[in-house]
Amino acid sequence: MMPLPETPLGRLRWAVADTRTLTGRALAHWARRPGDVAVALLFPVVVVLLMGYLFGGQMEVPGGGGYRAFIVPGMFAMTMLFGVETTFAEIAGDKARGVTDRFRAMPTAPSAVIAGRGVADLLHSVAALVVMACCGLAIGWRAGDGAGRALAGFGLLLLLRFALIWTGVYLGLGAKGPESVATVQMLVWPIGFLSSAMVAPATMPDWLGVIAEWNPMSATVTACRELFGDPAPAGGSWAGRHSVLLAVAWPLLITAVFFPLAARRFRAMAR
Amino acid sequence: MTTSEFAVVAEGLRKRYGDTEALAGLDLRVPAGTVHGLLGPNGAGKTTAVRVLTTLARPDGGRATVAGHDVVRAAARVRAGVGLVGQHAAVDEVLSGRRNLVMFGRLCHLGPRAARRRAEELLERFRLTEAAGRPAGSYSGGMRRRLDLAAGMILAPPVLFLDEPTTGLDPRARAEVWDEVRALVGGGTTVLLTTQYLEEADRLADGISVIDRGRVIAEGSPGDLKARVGGGRIEVVLEDPAALTAAAEIVARAAGARAEVDPGALRVGAPADAGGAAVLIEVVRALDGAGVRVADIVLRRPTLDEAFLRLTGDRQQGDTGQKDDTEQKEVPA
Repeated sequence: MMPLPETPLGRLRWAVADTRTLTGRALAHWARRPGDVAVALLFPVVVVLLMGYLFGGQMEVPGGGGYRAFIVPGMFAMTMLFGVETTFAEIAGDKARGVTDRFRAMPTAPSAVIAGRGVADLLHSVAALVVMACCGLAIGWRAGDGAGRALAGFGLLLLLRFALIWTGVYLGLGAKGPESVATVQMLVWPIGFLSSAMVAPATMPDWLGVIAEWNPMSATVTACRELFGDPAPAGGSWAGRHSVLLAVAWPLLITAVFFPLAARRFRAMAR
Repeated sequence: MTTSEFAVVAEGLRKRYGDTEALAGLDLRVPAGTVHGLLGPNGAGKTTAVRVLTTLARPDGGRATVAGHDVVRAAARVRAGVGLVGQHAAVDEVLSGRRNLVMFGRLCHLGPRAARRRAEELLERFRLTEAAGRPAGSYSGGMRRRLDLAAGMILAPPVLFLDEPTTGLDPRARAEVWDEVRALVGGGTTVLLTTQYLEEADRLADGISVIDRGRVIAEGSPGDLKARVGGGRIEVVLEDPAALTAAAEIVARAAGARAEVDPGALRVGAPADAGGAAVLIEVVRALDGAGVRVADIVLRRPTLDEAFLRLTGDRQQGDTGQKDDTEQKEVPA
């Protein structure tokens, strides 16, 4: 029989090794299904091109600046948000197919079952941001305030994605199967569009604009525009003026709420 | 026997899901190196029992040890010593068969080279080498089950749990799985398998626990269980309904038991325990002597199906009342 690690360090080493194995599993999936990966990576690009070139002519961005450059940071954040669907579908699928139970019945570190998913999803998001940034550069978006501020912007985007992993895990563990992803989509899209991602909240009806400005999505989008040196004004509200602070605070709050909930649901699988 | 001679011991296991008592004080002892069948209807608690014994679910009460380790206090040790093949073929459908086994090996903390070597051994053993490079999702049901079994065998665990391993398989694939299980036990593994198929339990298991509503209601070897519902059964089919009463008396006297009369089928039957052949001869003589004309007469061994229905049916009828009352009359011996 396999000797079990007796020390916390030994257990940590197992957890890290298992996380790496399970991240490798997700990467191997991409290698097996390059078509699916390409579609997932190109979907935000298509949305940006459609919106930028179809709607862009009619859109006037407050404070000047082109609509296409305006929506690129918005689409970065949207891509992070859409990631919830990936996390959800994978977690729910593994659970429904009994794969999660198989892992749980093995001497594998239980934390790695979720951590492996999380690391893979973050890697996927990094790839999506790279593709999206290349597309953005091609259609006129620039990160004009220096590499340091640009990296800080991408850091905030990945922080949002990190927070949304726990939302996806929590929802996925509660789902009957991966088919319920349609329900998650219906939640995700309004949350994404009711923000400053595609339209400036200043142009919305007042009450809607307030909701949009306080949307965690808007915090990240507005902070990114600021860090990338986009000309679009942040808006005069408190939320608009403190977007970087909120772009850190919101993901931390989401994590503080959903991490314990997700962990509890995972443990509750033993009930 | 001491505890260590048992690979699986459960004492008074309880588990409740909402209003349902999935396990209501389950007791189980599985001698090491044997195949033990958990037999029961749907919802009897078989899967819950396996989930508790493999540490996937925590019991609400009672205790259990598997391979000598407590399933609650030493869950990690239990996981290192058991293999589980659940009801789903829980393999990664996108990855190839080989890649699946290497991954499971790594998750059992084999080194990269050891995991690859073990994967090749298992592919060979479960006759999957040819299909090893194909995605597991493209496998037939039987192949997927074999891959599933192989994944459960990575660490050559001393105790293997199989939860309805052949549900949904065609007869050929089922026979393949049975062969593999027999081979594993030949190598010293203890197997606990749940099944709804009596044939499966009869063919594979050394011991059977019949469970119903979360409790063991009968236990023993397949032969014991058959014997429990009577060693055999004598049945006489008459040509003339007028002779039913006379025939029932003759059969009851010869069998030394109550005779059951089914007027619709013109049939008289009674349990005929050991010495069934003598009962048969006596019945034939007496019927002949009384001039009763017989369409058919048989002495047959009970099937495990009958034993099962008897054992689980008794309990159900206790609740709902004898539903066969109207059709069957009993004649005292």
